[in-house]
Amino acid sequence: MRHDHLITSKQLSREDIEAVLDHAAEIDADPAAVAQRHAGTLLGLLFFEPSTRTKMSFETAMKRLGGDVVDMGSVESSSVKKGESLADTVRVIEGYTDALVLRHPREGAAAMASEFVDVPLLNAGDGAGHHPTQTLLDLYTIRENAGLDDLTIGVMGDLKYGRTVHSLAYALTNFDTKQHFISPESLQLPREVVYDLHLEGTTVREHETLDEILPSLDVLYVTRIQRERFPDENEYQQIAGQYQIDAATLEAASDDLTVMHPLPRVDEIAADVDRTSHAAYFEQAHNGVPVRMALLDLLLGGETDE
Amino acid sequence: MSNDDDNHELRVSKIRNGTVIDHVHGGQALNVLAILGIDGTEGEEVSVGMNVPSDRLARKDIVKVEGRELSQEEVDVLSLIAPDATINIVRDYAVEAKHRVERPDAVEGVLSCPNSNCITTEDEPVTSRFDVLDDAVRCAYCETIVRDDIAAHIDT
Repeated sequence: MRHDHLITSKQLSREDIEAVLDHAAEIDADPAAVAQRHAGTLLGLLFFEPSTRTKMSFETAMKRLGGDVVDMGSVESSSVKKGESLADTVRVIEGYTDALVLRHPREGAAAMASEFVDVPLLNAGDGAGHHPTQTLLDLYTIRENAGLDDLTIGVMGDLKYGRTVHSLAYALTNFDTKQHFISPESLQLPREVVYDLHLEGTTVREHETLDEILPSLDVLYVTRIQRERFPDENEYQQIAGQYQIDAATLEAASDDLTVMHPLPRVDEIAADVDRTSHAAYFEQAHNGVPVRMALLDLLLGGETDE
Repeated sequence: MSNDDDNHELRVSKIRNGTVIDHVHGGQALNVLAILGIDGTEGEEVSVGMNVPSDRLARKDIVKVEGRELSQEEVDVLSLIAPDATINIVRDYAVEAKHRVERPDAVEGVLSCPNSNCITTEDEPVTSRFDVLDDAVRCAYCETIVRDDIAAHIDT
């Protein structure tokens, strides 16, 4: 990869994406081959927001490459609590580690932090902005299940604040895909994302209900609509209820439909979907490890076949 | 020079050395000073004419700054709020050079991001940076696009 930092999926070309996914597939097939490749390497984990999957899969990935992690811990127990700036924090931790993973509640945090460090910095989520490593594992899962070209995908839920949605939509502009966006009007894609998609020549197809396009989809990517986005509980219940699916909903879908979700889910995908052949969200979460192993290996310069 | 221009020249005194920013859209003169960071506290002699008649614009503002020659980089920032402005560099009462403002690729440290959740609005050691698009500006950090009333986001 030509990049020192991974801040947004917009910086990734089709070739970059395919290099990561191909390498992830190699690692998935033979993890032992890379088991000691990064012995002695330390990855710094800076999570200013709670995380289970992203943090643990980065930790697992680094350890499965033979390296280790150092973890800032929660904001409550760190010097951030004393008012330290993010710029100072990353400059300090950079001195301890070979690469950094940053999650932060503010948009632009990773872009700013990357200006202060020389080691590779990976954005693990910046507010409602970007989440490019999630996107890579999403793309890996889509490629395994449906292929990335000649693809019709529907993305449903909170499209306004959902950083996984923004990152995925940008990345898919590199492929021959039709993108549909299903959400309540108040949670449609931000105009900044629409602007970028239009720049790439992508048609943004927006819908308020799933029914009209469900039969045409190869992939349905569901995201959580959060309670705090609505002023009152009644409105939340009423709106969120329209964007929940269960096994009965999917009877109208193609037999080959792949259902994905970045997790955690609350009630937007009913448990009865888990038992259908459509469910790919646990596989998707598992893919976080080989994909992040591949990414770390490429960014840390471990690839030997170039 | 048209009669109109001659008339307003009488209203706003000539300067000996400095910069005249002409053909500013009516009502934008104070924003021109704000975006240039000129607030008079450093003793600059500044004359402002507002809503004076103009051939090219129905009403225009004009700003004269004595004793300071603005660089092209400084005046290009003006393109965001005064796209038709002309810049005259004056030496010993004579116009030495005349420039039009050009839209720069980016502006630094002149606008603040309206997204309250942008990292640049935190207490971080970072200067705001906006990429300049055809009809808007965009925060280089959080990517928020500002299309309307850019003057309202001048960092004062």
